[in-house]
Amino acid sequence: MNNLKLLSSLKLAVKSLRVGVISTILSGSVIATCVSAQELGWPEKEELKFGFIKLTDMAPLAIAYEKGYFEDEGLYVTLEAQANWKVLLDRVIDGQLDGAHMLAGQPLGATIGYGTKADIITAFSMDLNGNAITVSNDIWKEMKKHVPHEGGKPVHPISADSLKPVVDDFKSKGKPFKMGMVFPVSTHNYELRYWLAAGGIHPGFYAPHKGDTSGQIDADALLSVTPPPQMPSTMEAGTIHGYCVGEPWNQQAVFKGIGVPVVTDYEIWKNNPEKVFGVSKGWAEKNPNTHIRVVKAMIRAAMWLDENNNANRPEAVKILSKSQYVGADYEVIANSMTGTFEYEKGDKRDVPDFNVFFRYNATYPFYSDAIWYLTQMRRWGQISEPKPDSWYKDIAKQVYRPDIYAQAAKALITEGKANAVDFPEFATETGFKPPQTEFIDKIVYDGSQPNAYLEKFAIGLKNDTKI
Amino acid sequence: MSKQQTVPIIFNHVRDMNWPTLNQFLTATALPIVGIVIFLGLWSLMAKNIDTSLGQFPGPGSVWQQTKVLVAEHNTQMDKADKFYARQDDRNAARVAKDPSYEPKIRAFTGAPTFFEQIWTSLYTVMVGFIVASLLAIPLGILCGLSKNAYTAINPLIQLFKPVSPLAWLPLVTMVVSAVYVSSDPMFSKSFITSAVTVSLCCLWPTLINTAVGVSSIDKDLLNVSKVLRLNGLSHVTKIVLPSSIPAIFTGLRLSLGIGWMVLIAAEMLAQNPGLGKFVWDEFQNGSSESLARIMVAVLTIGVIGFALDRLMLALQRKFSWDKSAVLR
Repeated sequence: MNNLKLLSSLKLAVKSLRVGVISTILSGSVIATCVSAQELGWPEKEELKFGFIKLTDMAPLAIAYEKGYFEDEGLYVTLEAQANWKVLLDRVIDGQLDGAHMLAGQPLGATIGYGTKADIITAFSMDLNGNAITVSNDIWKEMKKHVPHEGGKPVHPISADSLKPVVDDFKSKGKPFKMGMVFPVSTHNYELRYWLAAGGIHPGFYAPHKGDTSGQIDADALLSVTPPPQMPSTMEAGTIHGYCVGEPWNQQAVFKGIGVPVVTDYEIWKNNPEKVFGVSKGWAEKNPNTHIRVVKAMIRAAMWLDENNNANRPEAVKILSKSQYVGADYEVIANSMTGTFEYEKGDKRDVPDFNVFFRYNATYPFYSDAIWYLTQMRRWGQISEPKPDSWYKDIAKQVYRPDIYAQAAKALITEGKANAVDFPEFATETGFKPPQTEFIDKIVYDGSQPNAYLEKFAIGLKNDTKI
Repeated sequence: MSKQQTVPIIFNHVRDMNWPTLNQFLTATALPIVGIVIFLGLWSLMAKNIDTSLGQFPGPGSVWQQTKVLVAEHNTQMDKADKFYARQDDRNAARVAKDPSYEPKIRAFTGAPTFFEQIWTSLYTVMVGFIVASLLAIPLGILCGLSKNAYTAINPLIQLFKPVSPLAWLPLVTMVVSAVYVSSDPMFSKSFITSAVTVSLCCLWPTLINTAVGVSSIDKDLLNVSKVLRLNGLSHVTKIVLPSSIPAIFTGLRLSLGIGWMVLIAAEMLAQNPGLGKFVWDEFQNGSSESLARIMVAVLTIGVIGFALDRLMLALQRKFSWDKSAVLR
């Protein structure tokens, strides 16, 4: 009986659809868009498995799943937490995962052969900002003496200048000063290095051509890899003195009372690109429609996350705090996701853009973002040979795929699920952001001139310097 | 005279019958309860005094609370699964209406596995690994027990591989399985094969050794009987060797299953394969204020299942063993 009802209502729906189609045919201008929408075929692969690391910026995946955006595209997606970034990348390469929440440096690193060599591409940037640097209570106690105060509270942003005396003290006592970051090609590694170097603390070079991938040559601060969820417990055990990681693992340190976040990456580089959604190139070539549909679902999720001035964030936090996603306590995740950030216990400040998922074209894969990561790989020796500017652009175009993004966005606009004004002007967009000025050390970044940019740094490789 | 004697005899009988049963009752039921109560008391006392950075160590109360939460989560997830299938039917119907060449397919629920589904995965994996190991180990053990030469040849290998930790095998097994087990539509997932093979590799040895020892120490008289009857090889094994080495084989099997269960949890944790081990690791990584209590639920569950598996093997041993009077514990 119910089935019959369903069938008849379906028939009705089909009928009204037909009427709709006929009426649109009458208005010639709409035909073109209608055709282009129909061009997006059915997904080649319907059952997909995506990996993620337990960080709040996996939110677009969780939301696209929970809100049914994947299902709207005819995709049946399973989301699976991965142990660490290496396992996640390897599983995307060998096909156990169809795609994953990745560090922006991972598709680039894999493509240029730093670490496992494989062709990984990305057509979707998952978010901006969202990281912070935390130091242990003991280090903060020492550091605080050198931090300028105003009205009894430390003045932000705190630069690494105030950490330098502490590191020098460690050095004079012959003790190593150790910090954790999450992966050699992670945003966190580059942000931590950027911040340290801006304060005159050398974070060390890599020398892959000599087989040295520890990244500790000439280092004042020794950086090493720790998976994000284990950061707080590793610092608590005293193995590291501080770390750079995404949320909720900085706020977790505040709640546990084991450390103090000193600077957010928003303050190091305003609206810096963070995670991307990576798939293997082979997979993308085999499943073009599926790929576009995945990007469509994720754009919708990102829009939902930023809608009405973050109005949906509390609901998002509730979803993320489920044990199969991020799993940390609601309060811990809510602290940063809802536009605030707690530095020292009780020192909660407004950072409305701490997590940006959609506004400022956050989801568009800009070539200039890719090139920034490549310049940092060169700066710290992961790319051991000097490269011409054209090489940086070629790699960026190989890995970042705004063409796929544009197809997905246009399909959404045609379906009326998104507005064209929320996206870059696809016809004229070059993929290069205008020169960016908002770095903590005031150095200007122009993505079209990577080598000239590298020359501006006091610490780091440039021109044809080699280790 | 005779009557006078009968009464004390009956009395004695009654006393002999009743007192031991009460004693047995006490020992069998009351003492374990006393043990558990003391344990719970000490546990809640200790829990109150351990403060971790994730809050207080969970006492019995919060563990019970989380057990209920896990059951509730399971039920909500099942509801979600029902809705998922309903939605899927609608979508399939809609697509067939638009694209008649499409063959609709029912896909399994894509939500995260609940605690109880993880238990089932673990149980299933350990049983498969254990059965595969036993099918290899028992024949090999019989061979080693029957032939001194075979034993001498295989013994060094047994001694070499027996003490290897499962975690050392795991990377090798993972890589080999991903390289060898390639199929476009696999019947089992790779993670399942990896876990099961690791379990097999580790629970092979106790069964193998115990079977070999059991077979080689069969009563001489029985062997002579076999010779006198001129039993052929197969009948010798099935009529004489197997029945008389059943106790030894089962001792091995019980040890193996226990090891397999422990190995599986560790392997799941390290390889992030679905199961109870992954549940524990995920909760540890979550670091929420309930994580420790949820891990404790898993710890107790792992213990209860391990105990149940052992009892199961004991029951099987009782059933198969010819010596019903043997004291098994």
